[in-house]
Amino acid sequence: MALTTAPDPTRRGPGSARTHADRRGPGRLRHSEGLAGYVFLSPWLIGLMGVTAIPMLLSLYLSFTNYDILTPFSEVEWVGLANYERMFTADPSYWHAVRVTVTFAVIAVPLKLAAALGVALLLNRAWRGVGLFRGLFYLPSLLGGSVALAIVWVNMFNRDGAFNSLLSLFGITGKPWVNDPDWALETLMVLAIWQFGAPMVIFLAGLKQVPTELYEAASVDGAGRFRQFRNVTLPMLSPVIFFNLVLETINGFQGFTAAFVLSNGTGGPVDSTLMYTLNLYITGFTELNMGYASAMAWVFLLAIAVITAIFFSTGRFWVHYSDGEDR
Amino acid sequence: MVTVTPTTVAPTTAPPSPRRRQGGRPVLRLLILVAIVAVVLYPLIWMVGTSLKSQEEIVNNVGLLPERFSPGNYTAGWSNFDVSFGRFFLNSTMVSLFTVVGNGLSCLLAAYAFARLRFRLRGMWFAVMIGTLLLPQHVLIVPQYILFRTLGLVGGEWPYLPLLIPQFLATEAFFVFLMVQFMRGVPRELDEAARIDGAGPFGIFRHIILPLSRPALVTTAIFSFIWTWNDFFRQLVFLSQLEDYTVPVALTLFIDSTSQSAVGPMFAMSVLSLLPVFLFFVAFQRMLVEGINTSGIKG
Repeated sequence: MALTTAPDPTRRGPGSARTHADRRGPGRLRHSEGLAGYVFLSPWLIGLMGVTAIPMLLSLYLSFTNYDILTPFSEVEWVGLANYERMFTADPSYWHAVRVTVTFAVIAVPLKLAAALGVALLLNRAWRGVGLFRGLFYLPSLLGGSVALAIVWVNMFNRDGAFNSLLSLFGITGKPWVNDPDWALETLMVLAIWQFGAPMVIFLAGLKQVPTELYEAASVDGAGRFRQFRNVTLPMLSPVIFFNLVLETINGFQGFTAAFVLSNGTGGPVDSTLMYTLNLYITGFTELNMGYASAMAWVFLLAIAVITAIFFSTGRFWVHYSDGEDR
Repeated sequence: MVTVTPTTVAPTTAPPSPRRRQGGRPVLRLLILVAIVAVVLYPLIWMVGTSLKSQEEIVNNVGLLPERFSPGNYTAGWSNFDVSFGRFFLNSTMVSLFTVVGNGLSCLLAAYAFARLRFRLRGMWFAVMIGTLLLPQHVLIVPQYILFRTLGLVGGEWPYLPLLIPQFLATEAFFVFLMVQFMRGVPRELDEAARIDGAGPFGIFRHIILPLSRPALVTTAIFSFIWTWNDFFRQLVFLSQLEDYTVPVALTLFIDSTSQSAVGPMFAMSVLSLLPVFLFFVAFQRMLVEGINTSGIKG
């Protein structure tokens, strides 16, 4: 969810921690503090083991089996790489879901960020009423992935929905967008873009950090508004753009609720909204192929890790930190 | 568009005015903003409008607002299924409130340990905690379902345990992280003073950190509530009996029925389901908007 980098206590080795403790007070407290540390940490540790780590290991194991929840564990059959093989070579709907998800993310995320940045630039000045606008633009993000909003959205792009009645004002005859395989995913993209409020607020925070003197200097040098944007705003904002890009891409890959509501849990029409997570849900909880779904989940995890890693390695070339070594 | 602006003429003497940035004509900008507001609010207004239209008007009146207000959809939707929507709202409220309590308590304890206490392997555990931030819930849902089902907790006597147990075990790493960041801002001198007065780690937590962490707790509580109220995926997976359904899961029952006559009631219940979040929004608007730009919370 958040990728903010914190001052990281991992840097501090056990040795330096000790000197730190010594500096702070009587050494006799150290032992009780170590114990207290684990007492306070215990709920989290139990959660980490019981709800995260062990289930993940279980899921890794199950991804090599044909587990279907109905057969007891003792009869689970080890199938080796069969699930992964099926996924990559013998399951067209899997690749279709990958395509749908990537298409969604590649189109919706940049447009959403562009909308967020554009509106943030319009709001980046203190004047009466600016807070109201910020709040109103943020509202759709807050209602976010709720079923109610997805229901409204689907109906808005129905044959008799608000969108078509709007089009008819201009003499255009619409179509039932959500039932059209060529348009259903696009309506979901519009929904995602409509929720530009959250990245917008983060952009606004970033814009506040840009020193006014840079604009002054640029305009002394004769830079017009567009060049100021390109040569001052964009580079200064690049860390925030990067942050939003990573966050929104990961969010985009995980889209579920709207696709579920639009297709009543099927991924239709004609699999046009079969997002990865929806495909995973259908495989695991509708068809009860838990072993196969576990394999899908692990590939999903790896894919997100790889994409994040790619972002971070390419980020070096275009993200400028004002306190960093580059530039 | 290289226009000569006042600042290009006299930048040397006067200190640069902070008001001159991406300027634009104020009136034009206001017009654009109002147009965007219209686009942003249109679906929401249409939703409320449709929920108040009669069945006949939903089909015939394409306008944004009803000609005659008919609240009938609300009563019809409320008792559209064998179980009343009152029950679904009660279920959602319970799940959300317990989640708020669970997250607040467990994340605060973990954050205190990470932010203030020295113990072996702390750095490693902290790195693991940050790592879990990036874990998509879809990866964990299958094994968690199997685990809770094997323990007999799915559809059992307390059907919400699979939803709530993780929340009492600080699995929402984001809130732990948020609170760690917050506690680092609390002056260490306060701890020292308490320590000189004879307080141990528990005393310091109880008398210094707990009271001073109120703002972080409130932020956690608000977002915990809103996210849980809006959550669908986990509730869909773990709730199997109609009478245990929460509001989002119950709303999907309308889609199953797909008959045109259910559109009005469906909208009415959708409006009601968004009401708590909307009220939170109105009450905490400033805090929510500031909250995300300092911490990166997503709506």
